[in-house]
Amino acid sequence: MSPQTFTTHPTGAFSADEDAPEYTAYGQDWSEISEEAKRLGQQRIVVNMGPQHPSTHGVLRVMLEIEGETVTEARAGIGFLHTGIEKNMEFRTWTQGVTFCTRMDYVQSMFQEVVYCLGVEKLLGITDEIPERANVLRVLMMELTRVGSHLVAIGTGGNEMGATTVMTAAFIAREDTFRIIEMITGLRTNNAYIRPGGVAQDSPEGTTDYIRSLIPEMRHRLDQLADLQLENPIFKLRLKGVANLNLASAMSLGVTGPMLRSAGLPYDMRKTNPYCGYETYDFQVPTSTDEDAYSRVVLRMEECYESLKIVEQCCDRLDAMEGQPVMVADKKIAWPAQLALGPDGQGNSLDHIRHIMGESMEALIHHFKLVTEGFPVPAGQVYQQVESPKGVLGVHLVSDGGTKPWRAHFRDPGFNHLQALSILCQGGQVADVVVAIATMDFVLGGVDR
Amino acid sequence: MLGGVEDFLGYMRAGSLWPATFGLACCAIEMMATGTPRFDIARLGSEVFRGSPRQADIMLVAGRVSNKMAPILRQVYDQMAEPKWVIAMGVCSSSGGMFNNYAIVQGVDHVVPVDIYLPGCPPRPEMLLNALIELQEQIRDTPLGANRKRIAAAAEAAALEATPTSDMKGLLR
Amino acid sequence: MSDDALDKSPVETSPKEAGLDDTSHDLASATPDAEGRAPLTLINVREGMFSGAGDTSGFAGLTQAVRMPGRSERPYGEWFDGFVDILEELLGDDAEQALEFIVVDRGELTLYVNRDYLVAVMTHLRDDQDLRFEFCLGVSGVHYPDETGRELHAVYPMHSITHNRHVRIEVAVSTDDAHIPSVTGVYPANNWHERETWDFFGIIFDGHPSLARIEMPDDWVGHPQRKDYPLGGIPVEYKGATIPSPDTRRQYR
Repeated sequence: MSPQTFTTHPTGAFSADEDAPEYTAYGQDWSEISEEAKRLGQQRIVVNMGPQHPSTHGVLRVMLEIEGETVTEARAGIGFLHTGIEKNMEFRTWTQGVTFCTRMDYVQSMFQEVVYCLGVEKLLGITDEIPERANVLRVLMMELTRVGSHLVAIGTGGNEMGATTVMTAAFIAREDTFRIIEMITGLRTNNAYIRPGGVAQDSPEGTTDYIRSLIPEMRHRLDQLADLQLENPIFKLRLKGVANLNLASAMSLGVTGPMLRSAGLPYDMRKTNPYCGYETYDFQVPTSTDEDAYSRVVLRMEECYESLKIVEQCCDRLDAMEGQPVMVADKKIAWPAQLALGPDGQGNSLDHIRHIMGESMEALIHHFKLVTEGFPVPAGQVYQQVESPKGVLGVHLVSDGGTKPWRAHFRDPGFNHLQALSILCQGGQVADVVVAIATMDFVLGGVDR
Repeated sequence: MLGGVEDFLGYMRAGSLWPATFGLACCAIEMMATGTPRFDIARLGSEVFRGSPRQADIMLVAGRVSNKMAPILRQVYDQMAEPKWVIAMGVCSSSGGMFNNYAIVQGVDHVVPVDIYLPGCPPRPEMLLNALIELQEQIRDTPLGANRKRIAAAAEAAALEATPTSDMKGLLR
Repeated sequence: MSDDALDKSPVETSPKEAGLDDTSHDLASATPDAEGRAPLTLINVREGMFSGAGDTSGFAGLTQAVRMPGRSERPYGEWFDGFVDILEELLGDDAEQALEFIVVDRGELTLYVNRDYLVAVMTHLRDDQDLRFEFCLGVSGVHYPDETGRELHAVYPMHSITHNRHVRIEVAVSTDDAHIPSVTGVYPANNWHERETWDFFGIIFDGHPSLARIEMPDDWVGHPQRKDYPLGGIPVEYKGATIPSPDTRRQYR
């Protein structure tokens, strides 16, 4: 394999050693290259963990400079999933924006919806007028999504380390959350359920009983996952003491969520800046001081149990609030349409259609204008944060007084976490890169937007 | 005689289609869910999702393909060995989906030849299984050798004579 | 708004012709906002009811200037006064120059800072024990093409864990001289955020260790999230009928 040069990558990922021979490997020639490199005494190799990779949690490119098994430099290349969602939202009404922002971080879609809607409601000034039942439904959705997101993190983490059963066990547990979410919203994921002003529709009859019947099963599956992993000696060997990030580094890099809590700071937006009525729920915030990957996995499992506690409290409140509205009372903002289950699936409720077509002209006008034009939002800018399973998710909304956002920018927690990749990986081993990526728990959809 | 060979090869090929992991966005999560026990893609033959395209048969393009990702998509497709098939999972890979903008390729058929388009945002796991079954039926019925040449020539002639989409006027049905 | 604007035929009228001054801080001709403050930055001038071709609604002659909420006068309310006092004290003689103006709106404080003093302000925010804003939650760019001379804004949301407070720092620069000093020396977390703002808005952060494109491909031309950059969609075609892409089709303003 003769040495070939290739153009220096624009991000300057390669060492500036001009005389070092450079090799490009295309597969099945790795042994030749390593022989050659060893013969020449070159130990430092650049490995591209490319965008298409089973272990990179999405389309992430990691450029690793390795010397033997040790990683000397790690650089992350992102943008492979950039969708231009933020610019797209500038051409859609405020309510249609929900369907766009929900697809940013697709594992925790409800959180994007909530943070966006809370921001819009802040701009409208109707935060206090959101009905309580809507808030309880929002909390219910958020906590179920939190469990789902943590299960993806734990499951894919286990899968990337070679334990496929962890993934199947985690995803089966996740299916229970999907059953509940589907019962209430009609879709498993990317629901666009939470709208500015409340939620799209009320939960059908029998929801709370159904949820209560599934919770013991979910707890059992979480126990199963804990049994599978946490005391496993191989798991411990691979995760303990790996990917350390101490508190000072975490804070200087803007890392939040379980990564920050594993470094010892019990910082949770739900407790410090509560929204949607979180101050009235009884739950703990698990924290650890071990700073390593193992403690993060343990923290996520603990948070799943806490979320189930909150879900139970939500069910009790939903029972107590039977029949209350789920949309704000102001008819100029409230989403007008109602959905119902018909013979061919979920669609427009016939009662609603009869009302707007036959009974009330104002209702028809409101429906038409709200759906086509949308409601205008007074000019100004606002910043809203929520505690998503990955960390602090923020949105910066600027309104020009119109029916479409002037600017919507999301501050995704995974963006900051991925910045910390270099710190987590450098000095460690190649295999630890996979563990670091898995326990950082970012989702490229949110990172790239 | 050729018919017998076609049946045999078709049956064998359709029997165990191993997908290459090309999960990009939300559809990837549903693709992963299809691999898990509730929906279980393994019972249809897709036992493992191969990380290396060299060992894979089908490429499930699951998710939105950005302009930055398109060359990599093509490279992975080229690295797959024949015979290979592509399922465009979800509306983003079929046609750009809801993202009609500067960043997203408006359909992966701009980059790779697609066999099955699966709409949905994201499609339910059952829909993905349906697409896979559909593809398996297509593979089982694939003509080979002289039959293939004849049918390909007929298809090309029909396509050349057909009305282009932009000239189809009248009913929007 | 002068009467000639309404008499004109429904063609594109510039803000000047419509009797609106397009310099950003001319407050004289603008109507006060809901809280009685003179409105601020001109964001947008909306002409007509629909964008795109052929406005047949009859509202085509309507010209409306949209402005952001006005600059606030003391007292600002809540903890904002104490905060501004401390910051002015720390900045000393530079305070006049550094803090351009302050907006208190919807329970949030926005400080407009002159770019030359940005790093100083950020350092004080991080280091002073009464301020102690540990988190800088990134940079968000906003493009206001109608605000001549100050088109590109960089917005820094700041959060303090110790005092549980939130504040917003905003820096405005013109498109011709889009340079802002980088705050990565004070808040390393902003590294990628500044790269993203450069990528999407073209704001150059002086002193950034490696200001390169991060989301778009490395050889991309243009800054996509600016308002003069098209959305870039293609017309969707179905059996002879086409629907133009979202930014070119007719839509409500």
